[in-house]
Amino acid sequence: MLKKRLIPLLLLQNGLLVRSESFSIHQVLGNPIHEVERFNQWSVDELIYIDISQDDACDLRRDDHKIRGLNDPLAILDAVSRTCFMPLTWGGRIRSVAEMRERISRGADKITLNSAAVKTPDLITQGAQVFGSQAIVVSIDSRRHADGTREVFIDGGRTATGWKPDDWAREAQRLGAGEILLQSIERDGTGEGYDLELIAAVAAATSIPVIACSGVGRYEHYVDGIRAGASAVAAANIWHFKELSDRGGKRALAKGGIDIRL
Amino acid sequence: MIAIIDYGMGNLRSVFNAFQALGIEAVIADGPAGLREAAGVVLPGVGAFGDGMRNLCERGFIEELEKQVVAGGKPFLGLCLGLQLLGTRGFEHGENAGLGWIPGVVNRLVVPDALRVPHIGWNDTRFVKPDALFDGLGAAAAFYFVHSFVLVPDDPAVITGVCDYGVDFTASVRRDNICATQFHPEKSHKAGLAVLRNWAAALPKSC
Repeated sequence: MLKKRLIPLLLLQNGLLVRSESFSIHQVLGNPIHEVERFNQWSVDELIYIDISQDDACDLRRDDHKIRGLNDPLAILDAVSRTCFMPLTWGGRIRSVAEMRERISRGADKITLNSAAVKTPDLITQGAQVFGSQAIVVSIDSRRHADGTREVFIDGGRTATGWKPDDWAREAQRLGAGEILLQSIERDGTGEGYDLELIAAVAAATSIPVIACSGVGRYEHYVDGIRAGASAVAAANIWHFKELSDRGGKRALAKGGIDIRL
Repeated sequence: MIAIIDYGMGNLRSVFNAFQALGIEAVIADGPAGLREAAGVVLPGVGAFGDGMRNLCERGFIEELEKQVVAGGKPFLGLCLGLQLLGTRGFEHGENAGLGWIPGVVNRLVVPDALRVPHIGWNDTRFVKPDALFDGLGAAAAFYFVHSFVLVPDDPAVITGVCDYGVDFTASVRRDNICATQFHPEKSHKAGLAVLRNWAAALPKSC
């Protein structure tokens, strides 16, 4: 049977790999290619790369790294896909079918849409028609308000949309999305665990796979995410700050009785 | 040398990169002329059935493929959409004619209610017939799948691999020199690279 997936999520900002907290604090981790080589050697299930740059500026520290053209995210995608023999999802600043095609032809298997999907929902449908639903991942950033309700935010967590996450996920599926990448703004970088209510609500509202993200601090949190209804569990920071993070995560999932690829 | 067909649908860069990592010479062919010198032809594909056939046709590949692969017996490897296009008809976004080299229909994957479609992720493929493609992999191996549609061949004897997602579906097929996988070997780490290596190892050496 289909195995649950464990996925590292890498964030790219102005040509460098960063870690994120609450969608607003970003610390530089370093070279965007070396991590991928490591994950490839570990034979991880899948990889998600998101370019969260807000402009085209590039960081001068790129001179420290031995890869040219780091200021161009597409050059990074080229380099990543040369060492990546696993499924690769690429996201960030994609606003047209032409931009989707560019990324898929360079080695991405799937692309994710976030802000553009909310602003131009037809983009989901167009992408699904050209590349198939399975190649279109709609990424949803949820923020929990003080009264307990949740709302979808776009533009890197800065703009409210009025959508409830489960309603928007259902609509994204109807428009042709093949997968949902679900992030929680207030859990991001906290290590407190996933927003399980959010995962359960979105999983119940859709029949496409949901990838849970945001908040993993311990490997056991992955098990909670799967039990809440996710088909795959992703995390960012834990992959950078723990040794043998793939083995550790897989072992925790197996111990939780979850069918995974060992 | 092998040719990878560029018909505007592929994750062809990944396929190219995988062959390169294996030390197998590959070129990306953006037109039919690029297929003539190749010892084998790979049809990759991420995308919808109708667009795939339309693009193959518009770029003039179909006639050349019929000549090289069907009439000439040149080894052919279809990957994902490249497997589905072998069928006679596909039902993704309306009905479209396929290549018809492996008679059958391409239908939406119908699974029990609790399961999600697309079928995305690692799943075991059971090898139901001996095939050189799977040499060294034992009786089954986990590969990466990402698809919503499956080929249902008219003749089940062409099925070489089966995958279980609530229901059994076609994971790989072979008819003489034509073989294909629903999974993505180029995205399936060691087991996947072994499939590509096995396929290339069986190509005529003179080319």
